[in-house]
Amino acid sequence: MKHQDSSMVVIKTISYIFIGLFAIFCLIPFLMMVSGSFSSEEVIITKGLWILPRQFSTEAYKLAFASPKLLLGSYALTITLTVCGTSLGLFLISMTGYALQRRDFFLRNKISFFIYFTTLFSGGLAPTYLWMSKYLHLKDNYLAVFLPLLMSPWLIFLMKNFIKSIPFEITESGKIDGAGDFRIFVSLILPTLKPALATVGLFLALSYWNEWYNAMLYLSNKSYYPLQYFLYRIINMANYLKQSTAGAQVTVGNLPSNTLKMATAVLATGPIVFLYPFVQKYFISGMTIGAVKG
Amino acid sequence: MMTKTKTETLQLNVHKVTLRTKLSRNRTLILMCLPAIVFFIIFNYIPMPGAYIAFTDFNYNKGIFGSRFVGFKNFEFLFNSGKLWQLTRNTILYNLAFIFLGNALQIIIALMLNSILSKSFRKVSQTLLFLPYFISAVLVGFMVYALFNYDYGFINGLLKNMGKEPISFYSKPGVWPVIIIVANLWQSTGYGSIVYFAALCGIDQSLIEAARIDGANGAQVIRYILLPSLKSTAIILILFSLGGIMKGNFGLFYNIVGTANANLQPMTDIIELYVYRTLINQFNFPYSTAAGLYQSIFGFIIVNIANAVVRKIDPEYALF
Repeated sequence: MKHQDSSMVVIKTISYIFIGLFAIFCLIPFLMMVSGSFSSEEVIITKGLWILPRQFSTEAYKLAFASPKLLLGSYALTITLTVCGTSLGLFLISMTGYALQRRDFFLRNKISFFIYFTTLFSGGLAPTYLWMSKYLHLKDNYLAVFLPLLMSPWLIFLMKNFIKSIPFEITESGKIDGAGDFRIFVSLILPTLKPALATVGLFLALSYWNEWYNAMLYLSNKSYYPLQYFLYRIINMANYLKQSTAGAQVTVGNLPSNTLKMATAVLATGPIVFLYPFVQKYFISGMTIGAVKG
Repeated sequence: MMTKTKTETLQLNVHKVTLRTKLSRNRTLILMCLPAIVFFIIFNYIPMPGAYIAFTDFNYNKGIFGSRFVGFKNFEFLFNSGKLWQLTRNTILYNLAFIFLGNALQIIIALMLNSILSKSFRKVSQTLLFLPYFISAVLVGFMVYALFNYDYGFINGLLKNMGKEPISFYSKPGVWPVIIIVANLWQSTGYGSIVYFAALCGIDQSLIEAARIDGANGAQVIRYILLPSLKSTAIILILFSLGGIMKGNFGLFYNIVGTANANLQPMTDIIELYVYRTLINQFNFPYSTAAGLYQSIFGFIIVNIANAVVRKIDPEYALF
């Protein structure tokens, strides 16, 4: 731009300052958590949390890994749920999305509405809880956590919109070659869907990794819990905190419970946060396409 | 939506195509949708008739349809106790704050990101703005606790450092709406600004250049070109969010204030918290279901109104 007018300079300056401050505002709670987890328990109790570690200490992490059975079990469970849920969910969602955008499929609007209606009206928590626990017997069954997150109307429609942008000629060429609809989907459509699969896959992975709600509702008597619910129990149930460190050489009175909670929070969240910068590109472009309603 | 494709026109020409031929022609496509259909039947449709619990004095052992029908008694209790009004007011006011403050902030952030020319600054700040979106509600709740608790909270640490008295936030109901709203904005603004940012990137650059040549300054470009171009996006997004005004963000509220602190409830109780609390802590199925059904029906009406308004503005964007 040749001529920089004064209002533009002002706007730019304000933008840099405001965005910079907002970015710091977003970052501070994270810094506080990480610093807290690397501080000594005494300094936190006497001086409070800060954005840098005070009296640097790795005691909380040592304790978290002193008898890591519960933590590692939760990791294994969460990774299994996330990997299986994301891959199965992706397959089912893209298969449904493909069928629902086929303009020669005479039931597509009816089935779309059938799926969409579930976002407009629901039976509510109590009937769902009763159905899941009393009739499906999913109480204390990991399926109660795994199944409900597999699909959501919004992900199906997001995928459907993505697939819509693929020329119908691809499907037609498959038909001419005599391939069936499923064959067309698997060998012609799926390979072109990488950005879409990355976006929807990220949403799925995020919802599995961050799952705590169904675990709280349906799991109460298990050895291992999904990580975020494990974290929830560590934070909110003093007994569970003690149980998680059972076997470590600490007397209960000396348990650095605050730093241990923060170390658990860091351990439970770290992997998904580190994954993010690698998928950000797909995510932003994916959201942009998904925002267009179809 | 109803563009007739070649095959469909063909079908119309060949007299009547029977349902059976249609079904067999689309057999595979139907099968491909089947897992999704079964999924939504099991997890969404089957529980729907269970809302009947709201009209009974439900007894767990007798089951839904073995329990006694009591008409609107459960709703009467919720209404007469004043609980329903409190829950509705809180849910709606919180959502209004989330929606209007959220969208305003998202638009401001998108405009500012757009005027920042340094790509690396933009990328780093966008990454940071997104970070909060990636964490679970459990961690958000814990962060809020770490910031505001009396004993070792970040804020109270600052206050003590400055020689001031620490504040007992968890016994002051009045501050929680602010904390909850800020927590919500903190978590969702970066993510929410993408849509607006994308809309800005989609603006025809020649339009802006033409305005510059005509002597428009930066502020005028924003005022007369960028902002108006976001108007329809904003209206549609806001209307749809308003359609969900009866739905609360359970995870956020539950993890920030929980269900135990009765002191905060007048300011922080929303329908979802009540539905959960009465069900899980008190095992009171009828009240929980009644509150849930009230929310569902009220919400259903509002989303239909919102959709009708959207349809009036731009039928393209109507949901159904």
